[in-house]
Amino acid sequence: MLMFDKKNSDLRRMEGKKIGIDQVLTLLCFILLIIVVVAPVGMIIYNACWDTQAHRLDLGMFKTVILQKENVGAMWNTLFVGFFATLLSTLVGVFFAWLLGRSDIPLKGLMRWLFTIPFMIPPFLGAMAWDMMLSARGGYVNRWLMSTLHLSKAPININSIWGIIWVEVIYMFPFVYNQVVAALERMDPTLEESARIAGAKQLYVIRHITLPLVVPAISSGMLLVLITSLANYGIPSMLGFSAKIYTLPTRIVDLMEAANGSFIGIRQATILSMLLIVVVGIALIMQNKLLSVGKYDIIKGKSMRPALIKLRATKYPLLVFSLAFLGIVVIAPLAIIVLVSFVKAYGLPFTFKNLSLKNYETIIFKNNTVAMSVRNSLFLGFSSGFLCLFLGVMLSFVIQKVRPKGRGVLEILAVLPYSLPGTVLAIGCILAWSGVIAGINLYNTIWIILIAYVARYLSYTLKSCSASLQQVHSSLEEASRMCGASRLQSLMDVTIPLIKPAMISSFFLVFLPAMRELTTSVLLVGPRSKTLGVAIYQFRSGGHMSPAAALSVITIGIIMISNAIVKYIVKDRKGV
Amino acid sequence: MDQLVLSHVTKKYKTKTLGEVTAVKDINVSVREGECFSILGPSGCGKSTTLRMIAGFEDLSDGQIFLGGKIVSDKAKNIYVPPEHRGLGMVFQAFAVWPHMNVYNNVAFPLKVAKVPHSEIQPRVEAALKHCNLDGLEKTFPSDLSGGQQQRIALARAIVTNPKVMLLDEPLSNLDPKLRETMRFEIKKLQQEFNFTIIFVTHDQSEAMALSNRMMVMDMGNIQQIGTPTELYNKPVNKFVHSFLGQSNFTTVNIEDGRVFAKGIPQAIPVVAPKKMSGEVLLATRPNTIEINHKEGYKAKIVKRVFLTDFTEYLVGVGDQILRVQTPHRNMFRQGDDCYLKFPSPMWYEKTEDNDRERAKRQII
Amino acid sequence: MNKVEFKNITLSYGSNVVVKDFSLSVGNGEIIGIVGPSGCGKTTIMRALCGLKNPDTGEIYVNGTPFFSKEKRANLAPEKRGIGIVFQDYAVWPHLSVYDNIAYPLKKKKLAKNEIDREVHEALTQVSMLGYEKYMPSQLSGGQQQRVAIARALTSSKDLIIMDEPITNLDAKLRESMLVEIRLMQERLGTTIIYVTHDQEAALQLCDRVVIMDQQGNINQIGTDEEIIEHPANQFVFRFIGVSNFIPVKKVDGKYCLHLDKDYVYSNEEPNGWVEGNVEMGVRPMDMVFDDNGLIEAQIVQAVFLGNMYNYFVRIGDREYRLQRSTLDSLDGKDYKVGDTVHLSFINEKYYPIEGGSAC
Repeated sequence: MLMFDKKNSDLRRMEGKKIGIDQVLTLLCFILLIIVVVAPVGMIIYNACWDTQAHRLDLGMFKTVILQKENVGAMWNTLFVGFFATLLSTLVGVFFAWLLGRSDIPLKGLMRWLFTIPFMIPPFLGAMAWDMMLSARGGYVNRWLMSTLHLSKAPININSIWGIIWVEVIYMFPFVYNQVVAALERMDPTLEESARIAGAKQLYVIRHITLPLVVPAISSGMLLVLITSLANYGIPSMLGFSAKIYTLPTRIVDLMEAANGSFIGIRQATILSMLLIVVVGIALIMQNKLLSVGKYDIIKGKSMRPALIKLRATKYPLLVFSLAFLGIVVIAPLAIIVLVSFVKAYGLPFTFKNLSLKNYETIIFKNNTVAMSVRNSLFLGFSSGFLCLFLGVMLSFVIQKVRPKGRGVLEILAVLPYSLPGTVLAIGCILAWSGVIAGINLYNTIWIILIAYVARYLSYTLKSCSASLQQVHSSLEEASRMCGASRLQSLMDVTIPLIKPAMISSFFLVFLPAMRELTTSVLLVGPRSKTLGVAIYQFRSGGHMSPAAALSVITIGIIMISNAIVKYIVKDRKGV
Repeated sequence: MDQLVLSHVTKKYKTKTLGEVTAVKDINVSVREGECFSILGPSGCGKSTTLRMIAGFEDLSDGQIFLGGKIVSDKAKNIYVPPEHRGLGMVFQAFAVWPHMNVYNNVAFPLKVAKVPHSEIQPRVEAALKHCNLDGLEKTFPSDLSGGQQQRIALARAIVTNPKVMLLDEPLSNLDPKLRETMRFEIKKLQQEFNFTIIFVTHDQSEAMALSNRMMVMDMGNIQQIGTPTELYNKPVNKFVHSFLGQSNFTTVNIEDGRVFAKGIPQAIPVVAPKKMSGEVLLATRPNTIEINHKEGYKAKIVKRVFLTDFTEYLVGVGDQILRVQTPHRNMFRQGDDCYLKFPSPMWYEKTEDNDRERAKRQII
Repeated sequence: MNKVEFKNITLSYGSNVVVKDFSLSVGNGEIIGIVGPSGCGKTTIMRALCGLKNPDTGEIYVNGTPFFSKEKRANLAPEKRGIGIVFQDYAVWPHLSVYDNIAYPLKKKKLAKNEIDREVHEALTQVSMLGYEKYMPSQLSGGQQQRVAIARALTSSKDLIIMDEPITNLDAKLRESMLVEIRLMQERLGTTIIYVTHDQEAALQLCDRVVIMDQQGNINQIGTDEEIIEHPANQFVFRFIGVSNFIPVKKVDGKYCLHLDKDYVYSNEEPNGWVEGNVEMGVRPMDMVFDDNGLIEAQIVQAVFLGNMYNYFVRIGDREYRLQRSTLDSLDGKDYKVGDTVHLSFINEKYYPIEGGSAC
């Protein structure tokens, strides 16, 4: 094992043992990543480019598929939505980040808490809620507006391109907010203080010092939004289908379902998938370039918090505006879902007479599918959470501490599926694990969904654990070695306790999205492997709005409880 | 004229671990024009807080601050002039040089803010850069420069507006020792040339002594003593100031009938006992003021000899206590030799408890 | 038998050779300093002794046992080497209390609980931190954390301890007192200490012997404080210790002169240690003295009182040089101020050939 010669003295011990824990871990990483990542991605490329019936490379189909009218339309919509969703999310995100991270606006605690809620609600549920409020045909809020303002036509139509953009912005601006608020809060305050001493007033400092320095944070948030928007299935699906507005992901799923196993149909879908990969890939390359250019080390060790900017006259107007915005954006959708879940039939006005617990009864006691979906989603949530955690810790340990040759490959492989749209990943899994490789056929079982989830969410735990691991200085582990602890003991006694908070939060970083996931599982569920997301989706597609709402409430409830548990566990831990 | 006056300046704030803490208590000090004045003390003594109040980054809990005769902070009258209107120059400990601007733009920033006409900006920036040995580096970015060079950028930026008062917050502690000395001389030269009034904060007493016209020693929020380096070094008012500046020996001795004895040694120490003290007290001597010779004085034994760069240091045993003696003469004694000591400038202090635990707590806030 | 033996150790990172052919014997109970500028390889040597980095060639013996030897196929794992270490950043584990930090090595040695208690108590006494057992590191100041690190090194090994720049991150005053404490502690316990630092003054104060290394990873001198100061082996050692003056000199018409804008005579007889050729004089600031009988005339341009000494800058010809005078000497009543014209002479100066533009 020449790879480890220079760095690892454990190898050539006097006792002569050759295989250490480091190699085992590294090998394991490579094997697992091949199963989880390389197989699906490889199969997509293979399928798109290779005509299996004629046994030859066939790129001709690319042209026909890409130039087809509906596909062109879908592509255009995807880019249009992506661009505006990113632009608006950035504006909203930066605004709130600055407001909460730097000004003296009151009720920050309340607003911060309100911000965490969208994370717990799956975007497609949010889209469903907005549809219930503002759909052109029967939206509750539209109907209320029409009757009070005596309008003949619904004033707001959420089933439109701008409707899709609006809902995406609501659910994605927190990405920008989180990055920017973290940068603003941890920025070295003397950078701004030195500008003030030099004579610059508040606004000047913001324009010339603060903003330029958080540009890297802004751009990484922006690109997160762009990538998520390009790949999103749930929102355009909920809002766009009725108006026949397609984006690439919804178009691809449509093709897969219409194909019904037909060869050509699948190929069309894979080709469009490749297109989607290319678009997302370009976005990622742009992100890398931007980050390498403007990366400043502005966060200092001493925890001095920057001075808060006094808002004075604008304080209360801004407060009112923010609370109103958050109210509409966070509370209203929740409210409508809860209300609809209690209403006897969708469309009835919300009077006491019309409310009952019937829907809950139906889905909890009278519907086996629901019970099965809850079980499946819980299973998937826990197992993908633990698997991703285990893999994430192992990978970050191998990449950062063992440092074998080829660790760059490990890093890329681990993060690759993150850039793959969930739809594409699902197709890849279908292609890979339907009997083609070693006769393993997982199609229509829960295991294929599990593999897809692990691939999808691995990068979350990897990033979280890596960041935490990086902060564990090597001197802490070396000190432990010199105190008589072996490599493994140091890992258990020093490293792992110090990254425990990150480990716990990474688990939930996977558990929560996995519980409510739709995009990937919609293509992978079988008759006995339905997930909560798909169950809700199917209720709604079948027109059963109220049961869909009831199940949504239950799902949101489970997620909120789990979240509260995390917060409690993580609260008292002293990390590095 | 007094460029800076602090009058009954106090700062209190609430902490989670220790409740209400008085970081700075009733500071009264005046700094004259052209003076180089240092605030010296251990971590947590309140020196940085004091500087930040002068800069305007913290408001006062009580008292007033005057800059150039004008009031800038007054708790009672609710007056507070923000930092950008105080016309100060400041150099921070971690340089605070803006990474997204090149050297030229960093230094030009204060002039641009003040809307100085374009034609004037360039010559003034160039002049400042030249004074700080940065000419030729205008287009470079700070991340490509060393710590010392970044510190010079901060300095150039502080002097480019010709402020009357310059504040330096531990400006040299992030530099390595030889660089620290070079920068010390540069700052001194700049001050002499432009006649700035400089207030600087440090925990390094040799730095304070080298640079200051006058200095103020603080401990746990209180002023201990204000004076010239010579005054503080030769006539410290208490044990803290004595031990903080330079090096000291504190020997426990017993005063009986006007004679001074170290424990276990029958021979009296040849010093005049202080009039108002008796019993167990501390005899404070500085290693460099003790005369050591082969002939006459207080007999003691050489326990260890160390050759240092600038002098030879002897550890001398007096009973079970150790005295440090420094002399520029090499090779006077060997380990184990007998020697004789004289104490021309002894100082006396009561034997009191050390406040080290309290001091340590204040460091972590 | 020597405590530690380094034999012909070479260390490199990739193709970059950091330490060349390093050999050193450390005696039992010795405090030895490994001193040099950053990049000289001192930390790498320490890591090799710990087992955290493999040498390319050479052998390391501790107490006669080979810890590393290619020939003998020996490479003992770090945890088996029984060496205590104190890192520059303390490396005190934040998730363990002071007690648990210090008890950890003893737990690894599988000692009984009451023995562990006793040893931890002993270690805490040595570093004056009794009473802090239940504190978490985040509740301690830098100096206190450093003591915990030292206590932990003591429980790892009372025998052999390595300290890597342990006091650099502390306040100036604390640095001084820690040095004294470390010295006193070592005298009580007799531990062998290897002290790695770039601070030569601290090394001279603390160590019995000092190893001076240069940036190329070569040993320039191994010696006691007296030997390093009085008989520096070469120009690098002389330059490295303190800040010295280097003045170009020349023999003109049988007289010995400072070769500046003009030639200034400073001696009529050949000075001790004179070397022919293109030469400069290295003289320590303390060894340049005010002497009414001295032949060199100079002007005082700066005078700084530093407490235990005065720092002067004097102008000779077109250059400025540094002169130091202890306050003890100043008690002779003579007062030197800026602007005064004075006479100087030199004591114990050394002569070195000029290496391409090195005169300051």
